[in-house]
Amino acid sequence: MPTFQSYEGQTPAWCPGCGNFPILKTLKEALAELEIEPHQLTVVSGIGQAAKLPHYMKCNTFNGLHGRTLPVATGIRLANHEMPVIAVAGDGDCYGEGGNHLLHAIRRNINVKLFVHDNQVYGLTKGQASPTTMEGVVTKTQPFGSLSEALNPMAMAVALDCSFVARGFAGDAEFLKGLMKEALNHKGFALLDILQPCVTFNKVNTYQWYSGRVYRIGDDHDPFDRIEAFKKALEWGEKIPTGIIYRNSRPTLEERIPVIKDTPLIKQRFSFKEAEKEIQGFY
Amino acid sequence: MDYTIRIGGEAGQGLQTIGGVLAKVFARSGLHVFTHQDYMSRIRGGHNFYQIRLSDREVMSSREKVDILIALDLNTISIHRGSLSEEGIIIYDAAFIKKGFDSPEFLNIPFEAIAVEAGGNRIMANTVATGAVLGILGMDLNIFEDIIRERFSKKGEEIAGKNIASARAGFDHAVKVCTRCDFAVPEPGGTPLMLINGNEATGLGALMSGCRFYAAYPMTPSTGIMIFLASKAKEYGIVIEQAEDEISAINMALGASFAGTRAMTGSSGGGFALMVEGLSLAAMTETPIVIAEVQRPGPATGLPTRTEQADLLFVLHAGHGEFARVVLAPGTPEQAFYLTNKAFDLAEKYQIPVFILSDQHLADSEWTFRGLDTGRLRHNDYKLRSEALESISVYKRHRLTENGISPMAVPGESGHLIVTDSDEHDEEGHMIEDAETRIKMTQKRLLKKLPLIRQEIEPPLLYGSERPDIVIAGWGSTYGVMKEAVDVFSGDYAIAMLHFSELYPFPSTEKFDYLSVLGNARLSLCIENNATGQFSRLMRAETGYKFDAGINKYDGRPFTLEGLSGELDAHISKL
Ligand SMILES: Cc1ncc(C[n+]2csc(CCOP(=O)(O)OP(=O)(O)O)c2C)c(N)n1
Ligand code: SF4
Repeated sequence: MPTFQSYEGQTPAWCPGCGNFPILKTLKEALAELEIEPHQLTVVSGIGQAAKLPHYMKCNTFNGLHGRTLPVATGIRLANHEMPVIAVAGDGDCYGEGGNHLLHAIRRNINVKLFVHDNQVYGLTKGQASPTTMEGVVTKTQPFGSLSEALNPMAMAVALDCSFVARGFAGDAEFLKGLMKEALNHKGFALLDILQPCVTFNKVNTYQWYSGRVYRIGDDHDPFDRIEAFKKALEWGEKIPTGIIYRNSRPTLEERIPVIKDTPLIKQRFSFKEAEKEIQGFY
Repeated sequence: MDYTIRIGGEAGQGLQTIGGVLAKVFARSGLHVFTHQDYMSRIRGGHNFYQIRLSDREVMSSREKVDILIALDLNTISIHRGSLSEEGIIIYDAAFIKKGFDSPEFLNIPFEAIAVEAGGNRIMANTVATGAVLGILGMDLNIFEDIIRERFSKKGEEIAGKNIASARAGFDHAVKVCTRCDFAVPEPGGTPLMLINGNEATGLGALMSGCRFYAAYPMTPSTGIMIFLASKAKEYGIVIEQAEDEISAINMALGASFAGTRAMTGSSGGGFALMVEGLSLAAMTETPIVIAEVQRPGPATGLPTRTEQADLLFVLHAGHGEFARVVLAPGTPEQAFYLTNKAFDLAEKYQIPVFILSDQHLADSEWTFRGLDTGRLRHNDYKLRSEALESISVYKRHRLTENGISPMAVPGESGHLIVTDSDEHDEEGHMIEDAETRIKMTQKRLLKKLPLIRQEIEPPLLYGSERPDIVIAGWGSTYGVMKEAVDVFSGDYAIAMLHFSELYPFPSTEKFDYLSVLGNARLSLCIENNATGQFSRLMRAETGYKFDAGINKYDGRPFTLEGLSGELDAHISKL
């Protein structure tokens, strides 16, 4: 049985105090509790501080390009849908560079879990605005303050009928772990946006800023009610809800492809001899 | 015997149906066929044509002179009348195009009226036209009737019967009214030939190489490969994913490949431009992938449905950083079939990206062949499996080995972890920044692999004189027209063709000293469907050899036999 230690990887090169640390620790715990062995799991990431996470744990890893996490994860799942696939991304990575892919991963409802470390800033490239940077926030590349409205990933995902939409907070690890486990157990595409303070570059959305604002969604919220979910998703500012905002039970892409419905592609046998008859079709 | 049939009309009028069926009838009769399509980037209207050359000898290019012109609209007559050969005839439906012609070369066959009279309906006018052509050629209807039965087997006896009646009526009418039809087509009964185009051959090659995953975003003229594989998806278990864009397509294919599946993607120049970042990722993560780049004229959206060979240097240099790749450029559907198989083999053996560099002309042209030899296909599995995998105590995905090839295992298949990274990484796949590892990894990915790969590359094909005075050289889809041009001139000159279908790593002279052939010639010409002579430049960069001149065509159309012969003549006459 895997334990927390089974996932121990390299020593992280993140800044001391970075919100990525509790996320990493929580993920290892969640996986151990779900009894997923490191070799049974693939974690895919792109580029950014968050995207380095798979190196800091033990598992199969494809650390690809900035923004391209979801296509790779989709390809892996389609080839082997018995393998759990987690995509780890930064907010720039998956809402900026990879925005189009997110849109379509949601549409496909590929059974991939996307964990976004949302620090509302570009960490690795030293503090430029990201799609989730709040309007007016000044950075070195936004001297007049960010002029675009901040993206609301939760509202966007609900609008797209994403099959699992949740928000966590790095400062509430216990609750975050539950959300990770829920996401991993969910059948379908899951977007878990995790508020992650970047202690170096984000001087606005600090731990202190979040404390007092972030609250856990109570049992009275019905995540299957899309209209209620949309209302929850729109909450941001004085009160920021965490928890499962929305979910549904749409069939997954893997289930709908007749070719792989029963057996993963990589386990199917292919007969070269049988395919030879295709040549006859050209006479 | 060497006839050309051209069917012209608007998009949506069914030229392809008539042309496709005729080509099949000829091929089944044992005649050699070469078809080429000229179509505009629109679904209805415009002017398109479908051209069939048929002969009792091998044919592999198009001619300009037409023997039978089937005009489905008036426009076709005005555009193509001038191309008619001396004995040529134009068949048309005067009632349909609302104009009659009195000249002897015109043959009015009321396609629609005949179809209705025969008990069919106006849609069967195309069947009448096809029957009429067979009548004009003096062939019989049996094979066409078989094809009709096969086509309509699902729609029931009645439809098939009506089509057969229409075909026969068209046939009889043509035989009756055609007074100057003295075409001499041999009796059928020759061994049926196979008829296949470049895209289908690439798809078939992929299928028979065990390709199980194809992700792409539709783009003419590459889409035919995706359509072919999609039509086989169910039977052979292939996942076809239409990606949201080409960036996604290549990354999906890489994911599937990493997970243990043979994977491929394809596009044309503009779409491939978007894939370039992913190409570099394939190289860095040493993930095997086959990429079909089916060229069309650029820059940008260019001429979407036409042909050009202008992405050679792009494909060769695409991708940031330095890494090993293979570029294969088939000249015929047959080569496309075998080279696609070679592409899958090399991609997996060396864990590199391999290109099939094709173009619209090859993609859409159909050729006849005796058959394909599946015995020549390579079906090696280069992955680390079962026992070999279990006997390893410490697995490192990017282990440094003598030959630069690391053991490739599949995630989830064993207790070992498969780790890879687009950042420079160590043997385990974890990112590093130290100089020493960087050097070793570059040597592994590039310097060690390239010489090994180069040994797998076949030299160019020499056709014609063994000691030529004149050499015409080229690559990819100009194969057919160059070969036929050699035949045209070989009665009078010692002439040969050097055709390159494996372009990178550039073929060495070890297996065949093609440079000495070139060196001994009095005239060497490089034939290319582009404006700048990209292959010439590659040749010069790789070997130092400079062609005497180039014949470049960049109007978006393929070379025709007359066109190339004329240009060759001009060069030769100066000798
Ligand atoms: C194609 C491409 N463009 C830009 C970059 C540079 N880059 C690396 S990480 C990054 C943004 C990182 O921000 P985010 O995704 O939010 O992750 P974080 O570092 O904050 O965790 C950028 C722009 C890149 N690596 N590749
Ligand atoms: S820059 Fe920000 S996100 Fe990156 S490691 Fe430091 S604190 Fe974390």
